[in-house]
Amino acid sequence: MQKYSIFSLIKNAFTNHQNWDVAWRDPEPKKEYDAIIIGGGGHGLATAYYLAKEHKITNIAILEKGWIGGGNVGRNTTILRSNYMWDANGLFYEHGMKLWENLSQELNYNVMYSPRGIINLAHSDAQLNAYARRGNSMRLNGIDALMLGRNELKKMIPFADFSETARFPIFGALMQPRGGTARHDAVAWGYARQADSMGVDIIQHCEVIGFDIQDGKIKGVQTSRGNIKTKKVGLCVAGSTSLLAEKLNMKLPIEAHVLQACVSEPLKPFLDHVVTFGAGHFYCSQSDKGEMVMGGDLDGYNSYAQRGNLPTLQHVLSEGVAMFPNLSRLKILRTWGGIMDMSMDGSPVIDKSHIEGLYLNFGWCYGGFKATPVSGWTFAYTIAQDRPHKLNEKFKLNRFNTGHLIDEKGVGTKTWIG
Amino acid sequence: MLEIKCPYCGKRSQNEFSYGGDASVKRPELGKEISDKDWDDFVYLRKNLRGKHSELWHHVAGCRQWFKVLRSTATHEIFKTTKVNE
Repeated sequence: MQKYSIFSLIKNAFTNHQNWDVAWRDPEPKKEYDAIIIGGGGHGLATAYYLAKEHKITNIAILEKGWIGGGNVGRNTTILRSNYMWDANGLFYEHGMKLWENLSQELNYNVMYSPRGIINLAHSDAQLNAYARRGNSMRLNGIDALMLGRNELKKMIPFADFSETARFPIFGALMQPRGGTARHDAVAWGYARQADSMGVDIIQHCEVIGFDIQDGKIKGVQTSRGNIKTKKVGLCVAGSTSLLAEKLNMKLPIEAHVLQACVSEPLKPFLDHVVTFGAGHFYCSQSDKGEMVMGGDLDGYNSYAQRGNLPTLQHVLSEGVAMFPNLSRLKILRTWGGIMDMSMDGSPVIDKSHIEGLYLNFGWCYGGFKATPVSGWTFAYTIAQDRPHKLNEKFKLNRFNTGHLIDEKGVGTKTWIG
Repeated sequence: MLEIKCPYCGKRSQNEFSYGGDASVKRPELGKEISDKDWDDFVYLRKNLRGKHSELWHHVAGCRQWFKVLRSTATHEIFKTTKVNE
């Protein structure tokens, strides 16, 4: 594989950049693989990469119905963080943050990791207390967390509404300084390129239409491009998980919901951090191009359509205007939607299933992008070793049955309330 | 914008309604022995269909009645709305 560096850039400049190698091949599916990953999104690509790199399993195919990176990894608001209170989540996502920090070097691909800090605003004493509790839990788990006062915040986010008449006055904030953003497409492409270089076949436009199961063991998959034999299958299809589970006669603890995001026209530097509104559900950051990247609530009804409706956008953006009043005169440039696999406690599942050789990875709710490296890392371990890693042992499929929920937000099973 | 035809009030904008989820989920019968599996099924597991989906909506900013909507989760098209007991 051609290494990307300043030298290869200069060398290729002499030939007008016409002679770069393709970043990944476009192979025909083989008859048999050691493992098959269904879903060529961030998590699927990362899983294949870590299977090849950490576990030396390289005879792998990634089967993708559309094209790689066309789903949620290309549709999110690119926020990275590990500001969770429960141990299961905190330790898991913190391992992910450590992977993010070296990802550009590891993949030889600039994922534009930007640890600009994530600020969660609090608008009451009670909320500030709750954030202090969460911050302390984070620090006990070795995660960076700071409490910020109103005066510090005035210097950091001067355009926020600090007036006396603000409907939701800013009392303070919880900040994770290492949180931030990354370039989402680059994450998918970087993992794809490295996985491909280690021999992983990335097969696009190949839909899985059925599974071959004998005596409770997986034997292969049926696809739109023929049958493929394998002993291990990892399901990494986020919003489409229930559709494949139906072919396995499984009902899962998730609902598919549409989440919208949008960007504004580009601005001069306006916001240095990722900021979330505490009195509702709104988060924003400024992209390197200057656009404000914004998102918030689900549309609030089951949906597989990758587009939403305007009332939700209006609601979300009015929260944004409550926080930063001068956003009100911005024009929106683009809006889009993605399908969230909303789990019933807000935490994911990375586990074995009752079928030998079939592994499940779903339930990422709004937070799948930041988990891309650690989801792939732990899922690869689970597939290779046929048992969960310590980091994902609590993300069990049967926790809903046994009552061991990981309900970080404590909102119960009404996933559409979010 | 979804336009939902409340069986009591007629067609209104989505803003007046709140969502109540899959209408096919049945609570286990009261007074009977209910296994953990039945509870799990009722509380957490969903068919999560792509296509025609029967669901509950609440006309919360209107007549405050609950009713059923048959809607496509793939296109958001609404096929029909009925009273809960219909």
